[in-house]
Amino acid sequence: MIIAEPKPIQEVAEYIKEYHKVLVVGCGGCTSVCLSGGETEADILATSLRILRKKEGQKLETVVTTATRQCEPEFIDGLKELVDEAEAVISLGCGVGVQFLAERFQEKWVLPALNTILAGGTVQPGQWEERCGLCGDCQLHLTGGICPVIRCAKSIQNGPCGGSQNGVCEISTEMPCAWQLIYEKLTVLNRLDLMLAYRPAKDWSKERSGGPRKMKREDAAL
Amino acid sequence: MKSCSGLEKVLTEGRFAVTAEIGPPKHASAEKIIEYAKMLKGWVDAVNITDNQTAIVRLSSIAAGVHLYNNGVEPVIQVTCRDRNRIAMQSDLMGAYSLGMCNVLCLSGDHQKFGNHPQAKNVYDVDSIQLIDMVRGMRDDKKFQCGEDIKEHQPKYFIGAVANPFADPFEFRVLRLEKKINAGADFIQTQSIFDMNRFEKFMNMVRQRGLHKKVHILAGVTPLKSARAARFIQKNVAGMIVPDEVIERMEKVEDQKGEGIKIATEQIQQLKKIEGVAGVHIMAINWEDMVPEIVEKAGLKNY
Ligand code: SF4
Repeated sequence: MIIAEPKPIQEVAEYIKEYHKVLVVGCGGCTSVCLSGGETEADILATSLRILRKKEGQKLETVVTTATRQCEPEFIDGLKELVDEAEAVISLGCGVGVQFLAERFQEKWVLPALNTILAGGTVQPGQWEERCGLCGDCQLHLTGGICPVIRCAKSIQNGPCGGSQNGVCEISTEMPCAWQLIYEKLTVLNRLDLMLAYRPAKDWSKERSGGPRKMKREDAAL
Repeated sequence: MKSCSGLEKVLTEGRFAVTAEIGPPKHASAEKIIEYAKMLKGWVDAVNITDNQTAIVRLSSIAAGVHLYNNGVEPVIQVTCRDRNRIAMQSDLMGAYSLGMCNVLCLSGDHQKFGNHPQAKNVYDVDSIQLIDMVRGMRDDKKFQCGEDIKEHQPKYFIGAVANPFADPFEFRVLRLEKKINAGADFIQTQSIFDMNRFEKFMNMVRQRGLHKKVHILAGVTPLKSARAARFIQKNVAGMIVPDEVIERMEKVEDQKGEGIKIATEQIQQLKKIEGVAGVHIMAINWEDMVPEIVEKAGLKNY
């Protein structure tokens, strides 16, 4: 899933400083699961913004709602009335949610309350880690299911580099070297031959280097 | 000869090669580089110029290479994969060749995190092995990386790569070296050696796989300036091993600099005896002026 983290509250307060009535929209999808943008977080954000405004001796009216998923038009269409009544919208969705809202409600400022950081999962309660670089050309069948594109600090295809030592990456002793992990996994699978084979330069055009990407499925079209 | 390189000539003739390394300045004057060129001329076969090492912005390695070249020293330009994509790299490789560069050393490059622009975006479009393959392809297959023909005036580089016997997983290091050779590496410069036992083990595996016959291996030597510097490397530099006994030896003496030179000289003599070591690469970091003395003391001056 997509993992996002809250922006500093002052930053969000600054975005809306000229507005007096804002709609705060939580998301029931990924950002709710990673405890950054669900119903509860939307409530807390709205309350905090009101308190901050009050401290300045001013008033802020907030309306809070949560969309099942902000990345689906059908779930945001229903927000129209609430959006119309507000001067601006704060989204607790990921970058996708913010943009879907902004596209749907052309005449409104939609402001982000979160920083979207990664595509990953929960490794332990309260801790999420990156696992996918969304490169558009999955090579996990060659690496024992460990992605060097996103988990190696240099996205090296023929690793590990000379900075790998004691199992950790040259950039941090807290970070396992992805290629060490690949080496261990392929050793267990008895498939080290995969690491000996030269992997030619990657086709990054399938990644965002090729411009914004699209996926289409005829069978899902109406 | 595959290239226009003098270093290639020395190595193919079986002479024990000596290369040194300099880091270009953090300003736009060539003065210091020219000074180094005058100092190193006649003492070494070629001089590496680092490519923004440790991700700190410096005068470009190609420009510094031209200054060395104009002052009678053969350069080895280093190219890292951190800052340029395949388009810029190939363009720079042709440009550098047109300016007289004949040796290139291909490496991943230190991550920008510890440099002076940690906010920079890194590139890593290709990795070091893919870079080697690209330079070899331009020379031997007469093709750009995309497969398009280079119809004339292909850049013919003597292709270098690095090997780090002190990184992990140790058993894989020799296999990765083999990958680099298969991709097109003609010569190898190793990481600085302080742990001679581990290097000997590495060379043993190299010989078992016959790799020393396929590539020229230059063993990396770095003179230590002080016990403190040695301790710093031991603790803080990823991919290096400095055994305690080396540090203890340094600590015992008053003239630590002298001892550092002595250790380096002894190492070179030991390295010379190892089958498969074709030369040494002296990396006297911020201490480049010691190179002639080390070469002299190690008895390597054969001019
Ligand atoms: S140490 Fe490992 S994870 Fe870090 S950059 Fe090198 S190969 Fe990648």
